[in-house]
Amino acid sequence: MTITDYLSLTLMITGAIFFLAGTLGLLRFPDVYTRLHALTKADNLGLGLIITGLILQLESWTVAGKLILIWLLVLLAGGCVAHLIARGALQRNVRLWKR
Amino acid sequence: METINLLIWSFDALLGLCLLWLAWRTLSAPDLYKAVVLFVAFGLLMTLAWVRLDAPDVALAEAAIGAGLTGALLLSALARLDPAVDDQSIVTQKDNRPKSESVQWAAFMSLILVAIGLGYSVLSLPLKFKGLSPEVTEQLVNSGVENPVTAVLLNFRGYDTLLEMAVLLIALLGVWSTGNKPKYDKPFSSPVLDFLSRLLTPILILVAAYLLWVGAHAPGGAFQAGSILGAVGVLLLLSGWRLQKDSSLLLIRLILLAGPFAFVAMAVITMMIEGQLLQYPPAHAGLLILVLETTATLSIGATLAALFLGGPPHLKNEESP
Repeated sequence: MTITDYLSLTLMITGAIFFLAGTLGLLRFPDVYTRLHALTKADNLGLGLIITGLILQLESWTVAGKLILIWLLVLLAGGCVAHLIARGALQRNVRLWKR
Repeated sequence: METINLLIWSFDALLGLCLLWLAWRTLSAPDLYKAVVLFVAFGLLMTLAWVRLDAPDVALAEAAIGAGLTGALLLSALARLDPAVDDQSIVTQKDNRPKSESVQWAAFMSLILVAIGLGYSVLSLPLKFKGLSPEVTEQLVNSGVENPVTAVLLNFRGYDTLLEMAVLLIALLGVWSTGNKPKYDKPFSSPVLDFLSRLLTPILILVAAYLLWVGAHAPGGAFQAGSILGAVGVLLLLSGWRLQKDSSLLLIRLILLAGPFAFVAMAVITMMIEGQLLQYPPAHAGLLILVLETTATLSIGATLAALFLGGPPHLKNEESP
């Protein structure tokens, strides 16, 4: 294995850990807003890390461009949808969690 | 190598078990909303299963139609259910069904018959059979496209796709003939949603065109591209876009008809020239398939969006106040 392989392995494993943390947050956090926070923050960064790891393994720039485009679209859609869900929940008077 | 194989094997096994479990949860969920969400999750895992089976074409279609648009359709159907008949009473109605022993026995016996029939057909398949893929590969040069899936769907068995277009149109006519008014939800006003729909609409149309074009030599094609267009329609409807002109009502109906009509016209013309239904002359097959797929994409997109609307579209100023 070359240095690039180790680098992309590290990036992808770190990305997977972010996904795991996001899923854990979705399951364990107390209300809609905190769950959204866990999901979007962790998944956006996790996907970015996994895609960077994958790009290191690629030989064609067009495929790399497509992967980056996918990440950007997921970032955009994830952020906007999280905002919309949170707004919808606020309008329906879903209470914020308080300790 | 051994550990990698073991890992892959356990991933597949886990995926299969998750699918079965999700299917069971979907069917047994007492809350209909929960059932729809579980169904969407099932569709996404099913997509993964198709990828594992080396069928990216089916995976694309499953992700776009099975998980995405069907989910949206089910949610809009759920919103139309009579609020007086809430989930609870649907569940109790289910429980009040007569469950006499004879009915249960009949159900049990028919299950046994289905199992025997399925088992027999699996066992009667020849043990060593390469499938039809060698023949498809052999004939691929004559099909006008390089992607074997597109070649089968649009050329070798073009009438399947013709019938599918007809099924979609009939489904839409069925929805329209229930006499339901289209359900224009009060648009959820939010600058973020406006921004998102303005940005995504052109990108998604571009993606649909790309999928349509790439279908000639890689996974993609009319149904995948059409479902992306349908998703654009759903997004626009949700963010408050409405028809403005009289002429667009007619235009939409023309687009709905274009795909099936182009297919039937092509079938008739090829019947007269080549003597067989949808038998394209090999020299022009590629172009003819592209024309058919383009009209089919537009029709599929319009049909799916119209199904989501749930009734014949009308103009903005005719909306009930």
